[in-house]
Amino acid sequence: MAGCLKDSSLLEDLACEEGDEFSIHGKLMILIALFALLVLTSSAAVVFGAYKISIADVYSIILSNLLHLSEAQNMDSLKDIIVWDLRLPRVLLAITVGFALAAAGATFQGCFRNPLVEPYILGISSGAAFGAAMGIVFHQFFFSIQLSAFLFGSLAVILAYGIARVNKETPTITLILAGVILGSLFSAAVSILKYISNDSALREIVFWLMGGFYFASWSDVALVTPVVMLSFLAMWSLGWKLNVLSMGDDEARGLGVNPEKYKLILIGLATLMTSIAVSTVGIIAWVGLMMPHATRMILGPDHRFVIPASAMLGGSYLLICDTMARTLTSSEIPVGIITSLLGAPYLIYLLRTRGKSVFE
Amino acid sequence: MIHVLNVKDLQFQYGMQPVLKDISFQVGQGQLCGLFGPNGCGKTTLFKCCLKFLKNQGGQIKVDGQDIKNLRIEEMAKLVAYVPQEHKPPFPYLVKDVVLMGRTPRLKSLFGTNKEDRQKALGALKLLGLLEIADKPYNQLSGGQRQLVLIARAVAQETPLMFLDEPTSALDFSNQIRIWRIMKQIAESGVTILACSHDPNHVSWYCDRVVVMNHNHILREGPPREVITESVLDEIYRNVCAVRNLDEARMVLPKEVARGNGARKHNY
Repeated sequence: MAGCLKDSSLLEDLACEEGDEFSIHGKLMILIALFALLVLTSSAAVVFGAYKISIADVYSIILSNLLHLSEAQNMDSLKDIIVWDLRLPRVLLAITVGFALAAAGATFQGCFRNPLVEPYILGISSGAAFGAAMGIVFHQFFFSIQLSAFLFGSLAVILAYGIARVNKETPTITLILAGVILGSLFSAAVSILKYISNDSALREIVFWLMGGFYFASWSDVALVTPVVMLSFLAMWSLGWKLNVLSMGDDEARGLGVNPEKYKLILIGLATLMTSIAVSTVGIIAWVGLMMPHATRMILGPDHRFVIPASAMLGGSYLLICDTMARTLTSSEIPVGIITSLLGAPYLIYLLRTRGKSVFE
Repeated sequence: MIHVLNVKDLQFQYGMQPVLKDISFQVGQGQLCGLFGPNGCGKTTLFKCCLKFLKNQGGQIKVDGQDIKNLRIEEMAKLVAYVPQEHKPPFPYLVKDVVLMGRTPRLKSLFGTNKEDRQKALGALKLLGLLEIADKPYNQLSGGQRQLVLIARAVAQETPLMFLDEPTSALDFSNQIRIWRIMKQIAESGVTILACSHDPNHVSWYCDRVVVMNHNHILREGPPREVITESVLDEIYRNVCAVRNLDEARMVLPKEVARGNGARKHNY
């Protein structure tokens, strides 16, 4: 008698012609506008800098490098190095890291059903900081600071997941608590390393912790950008499932979305993105918390739109912050300081205006 | 009669503590079945076992003829819709998007919904009379409206079986009756419904069948006339209820009210 039931006739008579009830044109327009913003900020960012290069020169350098025109007709090689080897990779890396942190933030917030979660919630930043500090203090044993930061950042999340997993289930509260515990453990370990390190290593650790794009190179872009963009696309394609997941585990199960499986995939992708970003540029605060929030205010909570919009907004925001970091003063300000300085007032505003709805 | 839900010798325990013992019952197609019993009698656990949220240790549960042990979560969601108690989600999804989530098990593309899905969601909104509030954020509605939205989502899911977890618990009287009428209407269209309730009157007025649970097993099962009786209620609530007939309707009253004491006392 399996499957012998007719489909319910309940909705057949009711199926009404669709008007514009489910129209998404407005949201698509916002996505396009955000993309335009991203293009605009990046074309502006390559022009700004301590060394004045005219706008025309900047674009002819980029164009000639893109089209592999002969070097002969090129202007002087100093400008070429500044634009092509310093500014452009830096711009691309800032966008990539903004994408990674903001998209990961949106995903973590959806998975944990809490709009106050940030991508570092599961201890990635402390783990990565510990890895970087190990690489700096014991540089003879570690292949590279970046690799060790990446490994320990991911390790922190895997440990948090392992600790929280009981009876084939991973309750959100336990997972977040495990992340907090591991975060404080790794922070303590970083303090020990700071304590025993010599002056130059200590300075390097402090610098790394503040985060920044000073050493951005094409090899960083080649490594980080593909990983981040592929994870981002995978994440975006799971946007609808994330909507369902954010209703709670039992409801997700009732709607045919396996919460354990998809949370693992989404948290895995978010962790991969965040770890690789953090290990390359250090800890940059607030982007992953603020951008998803700002996005929800603009176009609502549907993750099919929140994920791409948040990523593009994050890319633009971090790029603006980094351009300010390298142009405001004669020497550089670590970008983490700028994102925090701009982010704190925003969060205070959020607390004062919608504290109740956010913290209820 | 076709049995859409068929539970046989169900066993479940948390650790050493048994929660369900030898539970067997069937619900036929298009029936509205009430699950009635005191707090802590195992109703919720039974619910969760039937939905496969929990894994039963013994016995068999068949939905639409298929043993749910062999069904994946995605396949289960095409057979059974689950209506939780109304609650506030952390994000302000619009009512129409919440209802559209009911189409998730049937989505064909990875990314979005197609025209048929959107039409079905609209139909469900219309059936529940929610078209006017379709564009409102779900978490700003009243409790009754939120419960209706969750039922609309289950309707949009188009499953042969629907489970409702105390759908009227937090609602005012008119909303409670409204929900029961809607459940009756949905059942008459051929969908089988199992609904938990704490109100003996509601189940005796609206259900085709009632399963009464007490102390981890089924006490009685059958049509409400035979099951919601003074002797059964005395067994689960110990000297609280009286049952009276009022024309066609059956009323469960507190004993002192039935004797007239309650009314007289307050009738100075």
